[in-house]
Amino acid sequence: MSNIETKDLTDTMEVSENGIFPPSKVMLNLKNLKKVYPTPKGDYTVLENLNLQVMKEEFVTIIGHSGCGKTTMLSMIAGLNSITGGLITVLGNPIRGAGPDRGVIFQSPSLMPWMTSLQNVMLGVNKVFPNATKAQRKDIAKYYLQKVGLEDAFNKKASELSQGMQQRVGIARAFAIKPKILLLDEPFGMLDSLTRGELQDILIEIWNKEKITAVMITHDVDEAIYLADRVVMMTSGPKAKIGDVLKIDFERPRTRKSVLENDDYYKYRKHLIDFLEH
Amino acid sequence: MKQQSIALGKPRLFIRLGFITTFKDLFSGNLAKEEIQKLLRKFIVPIASILLFLGLWHMGAKALYNIEADFRINKALVERGQEAADAEAACIDSGDITCQPNSLPSPAQVWNSYKSLLRDHSIITADKKAFVVKTAALNEKRIAQGKDPIVYTGRPSFVDQILRSLKTVFAGFFLAFLVAVPLGIFMGLSPTLKSAFNWFIQIFKPVSPVVWYLLVFMIVKTVLIDSSEDSSFTISFVSVGLCSMWATLVNTAVGVSSVDKDYLNVAKVLKLGSFQKIFKVVLPSSLPLIFTGLKITLSVAWMVLIAIELLAQSPGLGLFVWEEFQNGANDSNSKIIVAMFLIGLIGFLLDRLMLMIQNAVSFNKSQAI
Repeated sequence: MSNIETKDLTDTMEVSENGIFPPSKVMLNLKNLKKVYPTPKGDYTVLENLNLQVMKEEFVTIIGHSGCGKTTMLSMIAGLNSITGGLITVLGNPIRGAGPDRGVIFQSPSLMPWMTSLQNVMLGVNKVFPNATKAQRKDIAKYYLQKVGLEDAFNKKASELSQGMQQRVGIARAFAIKPKILLLDEPFGMLDSLTRGELQDILIEIWNKEKITAVMITHDVDEAIYLADRVVMMTSGPKAKIGDVLKIDFERPRTRKSVLENDDYYKYRKHLIDFLEH
Repeated sequence: MKQQSIALGKPRLFIRLGFITTFKDLFSGNLAKEEIQKLLRKFIVPIASILLFLGLWHMGAKALYNIEADFRINKALVERGQEAADAEAACIDSGDITCQPNSLPSPAQVWNSYKSLLRDHSIITADKKAFVVKTAALNEKRIAQGKDPIVYTGRPSFVDQILRSLKTVFAGFFLAFLVAVPLGIFMGLSPTLKSAFNWFIQIFKPVSPVVWYLLVFMIVKTVLIDSSEDSSFTISFVSVGLCSMWATLVNTAVGVSSVDKDYLNVAKVLKLGSFQKIFKVVLPSSLPLIFTGLKITLSVAWMVLIAIELLAQSPGLGLFVWEEFQNGANDSNSKIIVAMFLIGLIGFLLDRLMLMIQNAVSFNKSQAI
């Protein structure tokens, strides 16, 4: 894997009208995306000419400076933020508002603190599988809670769980509704580094099984490389767009050790840090 | 949040256990300095302040008593001469009820009045029982004939009046709850409704209980014009409800409109319907604020109740106080003070009751103050 190849990738991205991937393989497509916030001093353009394609079963991490508009982009994909210009399509269909086909794991766990962890997961499951029996839905919720290592905390109130455990419930809730796309907005940003590592492993373990197309924002270069198939680098705002894309060619399933021992790891790391420090 | 609950849980346990060890150590003599301080703060200081309060009260009452006694003796001296003045002084000293100065009662007098009120209550209760027994046969006959049974119409005891007051306050509170909570929810959910009702709240919130009473009186009097029933209860509980509902209305609206944006985003992503959104997300998250409002409402209801009962001539503590004041008997003043302490105590207990309910239903214990 060399730098020349990644440059080619970005070049093709900018010139190609229909993107770089065959349409049948594209899950998420952002075309000429634009976001403008009106301010008292006039309009502020956060994003402009942003083009990004994410393939089916691909894990993309997005890295960039604070305030460059990463979260704005993600919440636009989620349908929680309006689109000023351009288009977002999922499997070719333009999105309309938020919906359970795009699951979100928020930066703060955003659990309902008055519900138990099971109830929190059930809230989504009930909505997405209205035709399943109550027992089946409970099984789905329990399965994912077990997957994130919370088999002992089904009936604990969310307010009684630690931050890390709450975010585990957040992961279970997002996977349990079987979304087409998983959107992660710095999900581990508030956690200490030990817990962060644990949760990265849990996330990637479930992801390896489910292969749900994922777009994740992170500030952490190592996290970006460890989890992603491609790392997308955003330019600093205003008028932020995709600056560079780095393909990570590690085998899956990966272990932290194998990733760290790979020589390419440091090349990737240098590439990302060079971009961020540029 | 987890840390908070631990921090709340531990000290309570600590105090409970600490209390026993402190007393044990007090006698064995090995008490740490901190523990002495804690003992002082938790028990000695409150007890001392109560004793100080009673002492000041006693001395104040005595001073007022002396001022009035001196005035009476002096008046007798000026108007009727030395002999009358001596007779007046002797009469006052003898403790004869007819010539006692009637001023602020002393703590002992208040305590005696409290006991006499209790005695009075047991007499009236016995009276009522006797009445029921006496009229049982007659009432059966009257019911068989389709007539109304004869009911006890004697004087209510002090305890009856407290119960009646509690009934009024809870009826008013319930009315406030039924009106303010749904209205507050709608206002919190819809900015249009909020702006429609906001002027209404801002203008009517500061209106005095007395004026509310007059308004309710105007309406209820006409509505119940045909009814032979006593409208004073209806008037007083509706007025209490109207005076006290504002805190709940405002708190509910604020609670509902300020639900954490993250929770609403979750509801959006899961595409919850509006019914589910309101009952699973919005209401539970605004419960702490709604309960804070209800707690204020109940304490306001209890506070205005006394004035309203007095105006509405509705039996209860308010009327009791007013009647004792009008009565002007020798022990009236001390009965009023008894009522004052009981009003305060019941208000305190109602507040604790609401706090308990609030703690039981709210998810975030630290919000319940």
